[in-house]
Amino acid sequence: MTAQIQEIPPIPQAAPLEPPVPPKSSNLLPVTFQNDPAPPELIAQGAEALLYRTTYLLPSIPCALKYRPSKPYRHPILDTRLTKHRILSEARVLVKCRKEGVPVPAVYALDEKAGWLMFEWIEGEVVRVRLNEWLRRRKGVEGGIQLGEEYLRALMRRIGSALGRMHGIGIVHGDLTTSNMMLRPSKNEAVSAAGGSETEDQILDGDIVLIDFGLASQGTQDEDRAVDLYVLERAFASTHPRAEPLFSEVLDAYGKSFKGAHIVLKKLEDVRMRGRKRSMLG
Amino acid sequence: MIAIGLEGSANKLGVGIISHPSPGKPAIILSNIRHTFVSPPGEGFLPKDTAKHHRSWVVSLVKQAMAEAGVSTRDIDCICYTKGPGMGAPLQSVAVAARMLSLLWGKELVGVNHCVGHIEMGREITGAQNPVVLYVSGGNTQVIAYAEQRYRIFGEALDIAVGNCLDRFARTLEISNDPAPGYNIEQLAKKGKVLLDLPYAVKGMDCSFSGILASIDILAAELKANPEQRDPITGEIITTADLCFTLQEIVYAMLVEITERAMAHVGSDQVLIVGGVGCNERLQEMMGLMANDRGGSVFATDERFCIDNGIMIAHAGLLAYETGFRTPLEESTCTQRFRTDEVFIKWRD
Repeated sequence: MTAQIQEIPPIPQAAPLEPPVPPKSSNLLPVTFQNDPAPPELIAQGAEALLYRTTYLLPSIPCALKYRPSKPYRHPILDTRLTKHRILSEARVLVKCRKEGVPVPAVYALDEKAGWLMFEWIEGEVVRVRLNEWLRRRKGVEGGIQLGEEYLRALMRRIGSALGRMHGIGIVHGDLTTSNMMLRPSKNEAVSAAGGSETEDQILDGDIVLIDFGLASQGTQDEDRAVDLYVLERAFASTHPRAEPLFSEVLDAYGKSFKGAHIVLKKLEDVRMRGRKRSMLG
Repeated sequence: MIAIGLEGSANKLGVGIISHPSPGKPAIILSNIRHTFVSPPGEGFLPKDTAKHHRSWVVSLVKQAMAEAGVSTRDIDCICYTKGPGMGAPLQSVAVAARMLSLLWGKELVGVNHCVGHIEMGREITGAQNPVVLYVSGGNTQVIAYAEQRYRIFGEALDIAVGNCLDRFARTLEISNDPAPGYNIEQLAKKGKVLLDLPYAVKGMDCSFSGILASIDILAAELKANPEQRDPITGEIITTADLCFTLQEIVYAMLVEITERAMAHVGSDQVLIVGGVGCNERLQEMMGLMANDRGGSVFATDERFCIDNGIMIAHAGLLAYETGFRTPLEESTCTQRFRTDEVFIKWRD
């Protein structure tokens, strides 16, 4: 016991730390696309990457361009290592999924040193947006969520079986959230939606397309698969607490989707316990 | 209203007295003192020794805190103590002290979740309204955002906490635990230049540190066996400072990455860093660079509030007390496991 009683003077202060202002990254686009006559349109800024919509290949083919700019906070060596690894592994995983019939966008082109990957443009919206919109509209109606529960259940089951198919071919996503799944309008729906206004429950219609494989890896370990499900389960609970009770539908459909899925579900219980039992000192 | 807070979930014993003048007005810190149990280099703090430390210091700390605040027992509205999470024996010692004060002074008890204490104090001090919170300490690594009356955990360490990884590496190097092992690693890291190869373990918004600790321990053993190792790229001799530098660069990059992912996910542009590791200036700097890129801002506090302290327990306890929350004597237990999202946050919209 060497320390003295430390005086802690009572000066509360409310100053956010002002970080040293680096020049705003001027090249938020890879060099190849900077002089494109039809400049790519920024769709979203995720945590790691910028997503653009571009017609670089052909005016008639819209594609998605995912660019991973270098991160100023990361050591340059680490940054290069992570970017290269992630672009290549994402492309490999997408190609494998495509080949095996898991619904993902098709890869068109990439340059791992420049940090970009170009793939098929998927129409529709992410599940998070659709689900929240549905929950919002349902909230106003008396007993709304119960009334439309079957639609929600059906969506959850589609999610579960898509995940099962992906795990079944030896792919682990690594970042499953409802922001990383799209609902793509099916062909016949596109016709009906054009004809009349969208009803509430049609919001949840469409085919699940899994996106953002930036943290994905190839592997068949039940541990990794279970952690994948655990990540989604928690993301779900924190993003859509109202829909959480139906998460079991995802797992149920998952369990029926490939041989060995029940072992993963068993493992998931272990992972959950680990998550909650972890000693949390200090 | 005035509350006294007692904190002792790990090796710091803290006592703080806070006043909430009226709703909407900033809290006033009347006193905030602590005493730290420091173990010898190469050793961690054991629960029984830590508990003994807390027992022998709690009375004098409470007396000093009351004297500094210039309040008498009559002015105190409630006694707040850390219910958990934390190490069992130290928590019990402090809970016993809190019960004793409650009976002696005839005041009601409020059991407080340690993590919620950190978050509420961070919000109060920095004025951050609805930030994504990175809570990093010796026992916790969590990325948290508020939604519907709970602090929800978006990401966390799947095995050991980041601070535990740093503390244990300090033990491997047998560097001093005074004032804190993480602080001494930070100082050593400032002299490091070479980035060595370490695993990088991020899974979505979760991360893992035990494999990194094992790898850096191996690197340290190799360096000890062969101190003449050179970096293959620059040809410079590798030192323990480089090990510390590498460890910090890797684990903080992971923390910033999961925080950024949570920010993108919930659509927030504010980050609040709390917990002992939150004092680290390199972590704050990296977080600042990330937030700046996103057009957001970082809020952090200094060691008075980052490191475990009594005032945060008093503050969070008083917030609960004001909404009518009480911990009856019979239920004034403590628990080693008490998740952040178990607490119903009645005082926020």
